[in-house]
Amino acid sequence: MAAVALSNVSIVVGGTTIIEDLSFEVASGEFLVLLGPSGCGKSTLLNGIAGLVDLHGGSISIGGRDVTQADPADRNIGMVFQSYALYPTMTVAENLSFGLRVRGASRNQIAERVRRTAELLQLEAVLGRKPAQLSGGQRQRVAIGRALVREAPVFLLDEPLSNLDAGLRAELRRELKLLHRRIGATMIHVTHDQVEAMTLATRIAVMRSGRILQMGAPTEVYARPANPFVAGFLGSPQANFLNGAAHLEAGRLAFAMDGCHLDLGGYVLSGPAPTHGQPLTLAVRPEHIRIAADAPYEGRVTVVEPMGNHHVLWIEWRGHLISCVAHDNRDVRADQAVRFEFDAAQASLFDVADNRRI
Amino acid sequence: MSPRRAARIGLYAFLASAALCFLLPLYVMLVTSFKSLDEIRLGNIFALPGTFTLDAWRAAWSTVCTGVSCEGIRGGFSNSLLIAIPSTVFAIAFGALNGYALAFWRARGANVLFALLMMGAFVPLQVMIYPLVRVTAMLHIFGTLSGIVLVHVIFSMPLMTLLFRNYYAALPVELFNAARVDGAGFLRTFAHVVLPMSPPIIVVAAIMQVTGVWNDYLLGLVFAGRDNLPMTVQLNNLVNTTTGTRLYNVDMAATLLTALVPLVLYFTAGRWFVRGIATGALKG
Repeated sequence: MAAVALSNVSIVVGGTTIIEDLSFEVASGEFLVLLGPSGCGKSTLLNGIAGLVDLHGGSISIGGRDVTQADPADRNIGMVFQSYALYPTMTVAENLSFGLRVRGASRNQIAERVRRTAELLQLEAVLGRKPAQLSGGQRQRVAIGRALVREAPVFLLDEPLSNLDAGLRAELRRELKLLHRRIGATMIHVTHDQVEAMTLATRIAVMRSGRILQMGAPTEVYARPANPFVAGFLGSPQANFLNGAAHLEAGRLAFAMDGCHLDLGGYVLSGPAPTHGQPLTLAVRPEHIRIAADAPYEGRVTVVEPMGNHHVLWIEWRGHLISCVAHDNRDVRADQAVRFEFDAAQASLFDVADNRRI
Repeated sequence: MSPRRAARIGLYAFLASAALCFLLPLYVMLVTSFKSLDEIRLGNIFALPGTFTLDAWRAAWSTVCTGVSCEGIRGGFSNSLLIAIPSTVFAIAFGALNGYALAFWRARGANVLFALLMMGAFVPLQVMIYPLVRVTAMLHIFGTLSGIVLVHVIFSMPLMTLLFRNYYAALPVELFNAARVDGAGFLRTFAHVVLPMSPPIIVVAAIMQVTGVWNDYLLGLVFAGRDNLPMTVQLNNLVNTTTGTRLYNVDMAATLLTALVPLVLYFTAGRWFVRGIATGALKG
């Protein structure tokens, strides 16, 4: 049974269609990340699941129960908001217990749940403080705790880490992942940060303009993007995009551009092979470009960006700027000519006409 | 002398003269209220009292004749309190609830409702007096304390709603959403989440409403009824009584007594007033 199921959901806000005819299911215990640029409708979708935004069409069920018309409070969800939205006049303990108090839980039960949640999130020492007296990380923990304390089976997280600085974000990301493993609840997490998506998700849904472009395990979405947008959105530096055409010679597929042929031996087709001359886009991730003395292509290094554990080389080649993540070759300098090759098996080919993966 | 310094001196000179303009009448009133009638007749209105006496204040408070009764204006003082306190409490309660409903629940037509309410603020109050007299008469509260309180609360609604709505509109909507997910309904969210965040704007609203009601003359005269006439009406009766000698010192003392409540309010709560206005301005 799916923990959360959406069927043909559409959401209209102020006359604008934000989400149109969207359907998907989230299995129990899954950590689904809705990833997309700002304005793609991911937060609106989350609010729709929470019941904070009315649906224009379709239905939502949570835990097998149709909750399309249900109040947010009756959906059995916990929610974490981007701005934390802690009640500023209440202490941490009161913030945590508010939902339970509203529901008329017994005093003993409230005390026990608050104690357990505080212990889980290391908030015991600050239970008596007001939100204004907390650090950013502590506020975030309280916000998560407020969702946890009700022990709902489904958690909705709306960019919960985006207000934190980089170090704290990485730390809380780990904590969140650990928490998910420990409590095993279903989580739906909205973010525009691809690192967050890759690290947290058991499944990623890449969204754009109210539609899900691709849904799958992080490694799969990363390795086999369904279209150029997904290929470009995931990965930093961005994948290298080259425009050209299919070149078939003696059954061997190559990528023809500017009068040269890039060999695509080893490429795994996702569907039928392209026809000769069919316009294509080739996407190659920077880490799949290898510097080697005996490699077939030669370019000139324009910029070297040392990242510590690797270098990013920007290579000018036939009027394109190709990024390359180099773990060796630390002695490469700017303005130096280098030879490189790419791993065709790891590349992605897209049809120019309909943006589909080939 | 640098031009900056000259400008500074000019500025202070202007401020000082402006302050003088406002303070001079107050000064005259103060010194006159502490003089005896004989001394007032000498005509030196700026002179300090030769013999300092509180007789005029005592008379104004408890023995002077206002119209037919001669019990001073203390009756008006307590009447004004009886009118101002419930008028303020109910105005704030309903204004806050209105503002909260308009800012967060965004019911269908909420904006139209708000626009209508704002238009109400611009309709001259005199236009509504006769209809309101009929309505309160029909409700059998014309000329009673409840009648005048109701009228004050009604007339305060546009401003009170505007104040609270704008203050609440600046609060993050996520806070409200969090309360909804936590299961709190309309009133519980208001009472437990929104109202505890409201003291700055409540202070502003209270000061505006108390001074407004305290200084009101017309509505009190029309709606309060003979037994509940507010202090302003009594003061007018006192000052405009033309039988016998005009007791300037008593008039001055009575006027100062009447002005005391708003004055004290501004002196004690002025700081919070500015703070409340400023937070509203910064966020809204």
